[in-house]
Amino acid sequence: MKNFLKKLVGMQFFIPIAALLLLALFNLIADPSFFRITLGQNSNGDPVLSGYLITILDYGSELAILAIGMTLVTAATGGQDISVGAGIAIAGSVILKMLCGSNTRPTELQMPIMLAFFIAVLVSIAFSCFNGVLVAYFNIQPMVATLILFTAGRSIAAWINNNELPIISSECSRSFSYFGNFIPGIPIPTPVFIVAITIVIIMLLLKFTTLKLYTQSVGINPKSSRLNGLNPELIKITAFAILGVCVAISGLIKVSRLSTINYSVIAKDIEMDAILAVALGGNALSGGKFSTWGSILGAYVIQFLTTTLYKLNVSSDALPAYKAVVIIILVVASSATVREKVGRFFKELSSGNASAPGAGKGGVKA
Amino acid sequence: MNKKLTDKLRDMSDTNLLLTITLFVFVIMYLCAVIFLGEGFLKPQTFLNLFNNNASLIIISCGLSLVMITGGIDISVGGVMALVCMSCAVNLDLNGGNVFTSLLIALCIGLAFGIGQGLLIAYLDIQPFIVTLAGMFLARGLTTIVHTNPFNVENEQFVHLRETRITVPGLGTVNKHGKYIPAYIEIGVLVAVAVVIILFAVLRWTKTGRNFYAVGGNPQSALMLGINVKRTRFISYVICGLLAGIGGYVYFMHVGSGSPSHASGAEMNAIASSIIGGTMLSGGVGNIIGTLFGVLSLCTIKDIVSSIGLDDAWWTGITIALMLCIFLVIQSVIMVNKHSNKPSADSTDEKTAKKSAG
Repeated sequence: MKNFLKKLVGMQFFIPIAALLLLALFNLIADPSFFRITLGQNSNGDPVLSGYLITILDYGSELAILAIGMTLVTAATGGQDISVGAGIAIAGSVILKMLCGSNTRPTELQMPIMLAFFIAVLVSIAFSCFNGVLVAYFNIQPMVATLILFTAGRSIAAWINNNELPIISSECSRSFSYFGNFIPGIPIPTPVFIVAITIVIIMLLLKFTTLKLYTQSVGINPKSSRLNGLNPELIKITAFAILGVCVAISGLIKVSRLSTINYSVIAKDIEMDAILAVALGGNALSGGKFSTWGSILGAYVIQFLTTTLYKLNVSSDALPAYKAVVIIILVVASSATVREKVGRFFKELSSGNASAPGAGKGGVKA
Repeated sequence: MNKKLTDKLRDMSDTNLLLTITLFVFVIMYLCAVIFLGEGFLKPQTFLNLFNNNASLIIISCGLSLVMITGGIDISVGGVMALVCMSCAVNLDLNGGNVFTSLLIALCIGLAFGIGQGLLIAYLDIQPFIVTLAGMFLARGLTTIVHTNPFNVENEQFVHLRETRITVPGLGTVNKHGKYIPAYIEIGVLVAVAVVIILFAVLRWTKTGRNFYAVGGNPQSALMLGINVKRTRFISYVICGLLAGIGGYVYFMHVGSGSPSHASGAEMNAIASSIIGGTMLSGGVGNIIGTLFGVLSLCTIKDIVSSIGLDDAWWTGITIALMLCIFLVIQSVIMVNKHSNKPSADSTDEKTAKKSAG
């Protein structure tokens, strides 16, 4: 039993799963209706599922997708990309520009949505590779290198559309709003499917190529990876390029939800949440070994927390304060020093009083 | 001593080399502004306004440089500034406080954040980015909990303090009507200058100051040299927090209001200034004087952009980013060249050698 618990706590997923269970338990006690899922109809008469759990799955999508890319960048470079929020603004702006052309209130789309999305992916990859080149070839720390795009990104996004706000109305194209909402006839929100597809593709990529192994080895020691015949620069840039794709997908979901864009507000502070998701997932922010599942779980933990707080009528401005308290508790609980100290404390307790049952159990649990 | 320029460059320590680049670029940029944009930039008041408008940024950038030299990062400073502004405003106008109580509040908030974050980072070994991110969220959230709406402070004592101007003799200009207008600075500038001088002296000449460099350059060797790495890290965050409190109050004196959106993005501006000023995020390299000029360069760019008449909000972002990009690339190229020419010199060895030589 003791060994089993020790193993459990040692697992990488322990923190996110424990946090998820705690939050679920809290909600169960506070208000069991939190878990109710109802099948209703939206304004168009299509069947939709609604409920807090669905909201979490739906609105956590962008974060989960970003967390995947961020994990790879973190693992390969030992740093984080803080320009993803700005990147989403750029990708969203490109999609709208391509679909609307010069007219900000178009009556019909200028090109297929998939083509516009593809162009946004290319643009996003280009910007990401710019970050990647700065990091890989100029040896600039990722946070500093991406600070450049962080400062300029939203300005570039506004510049792409001449600082105007294009709107794609439902008369113009109904299918554009499918990506962020519901496809008629399917009661599950579309972003959930997009996340699932992204995860499957990334997992296949990691499973059947050497990408994961190479990324980890570059993250652990770029010099020895080079001596072993890898190309650390190329792998770092690949990680950034994958993040670029993730950013473009998130951008599509974001603009599709609103059918328009607000350059200074869209995906604000999402970079912080994405980095947090990676850390909550038990990944070292200094690079090396990583687990994408951990980060995805971390992303949903954050969304779970946000939704819970909203349900408790916390205003959106005061939300960060509560979030901060939870983050601090989580990181303190997961810090190696604290775990070791608490573990030792209980060990001493149990060795001093060997007959005390459950002392070891409590020690590992704490 | 007739060395070639390249040799001289090679013999400089990293810190001095980066400082030289910063100074050089700032002077060139200001000269360009004077030549191409005319008289506005020649007036002493324009130059002094750089300080008047950015005293708070100078103060928090100094704190950030210190943390970055020690090898950490603190992104909570902007949030702390906003919290300080709001708390002081509420204290002065709604709770009947005076200037001293508000100043005390500002210092306490700064210290509290510094100590809390320092403890978590230094003694519990949690990643600085995550801890200060939580600090930023906490400060921003608390700001709206303290008071939701922005408002101007009307406390007489404070308004009097806020409008105090210190004239600088000999720098005034004569306007069109032949009237002499003296050049002035605000009180915050004195505070900022004092902070720069004190921190510079501490980093240069005291044992504690050198410890920051040693810990940032290589924590392992610092530990072997008998430096208390944890305490040094802790102190750096406490000072940074305190400076964020002071910077917040100076910002408060400049704008005279409390608002949840105050100082948004200040942390990124401060980080950018420190980097332009030659501080390296990897730790161990940096200079407070460089940071000062980093802030001035950043703000000169902003001034130039707005005086050219480009749409301010959008172009400022792009130009600052461009400048940051150029600086980073120059720094990186120079550092790479320097270290590849001297393959045997490990950076910490070099720094210790410089320390004992200089």
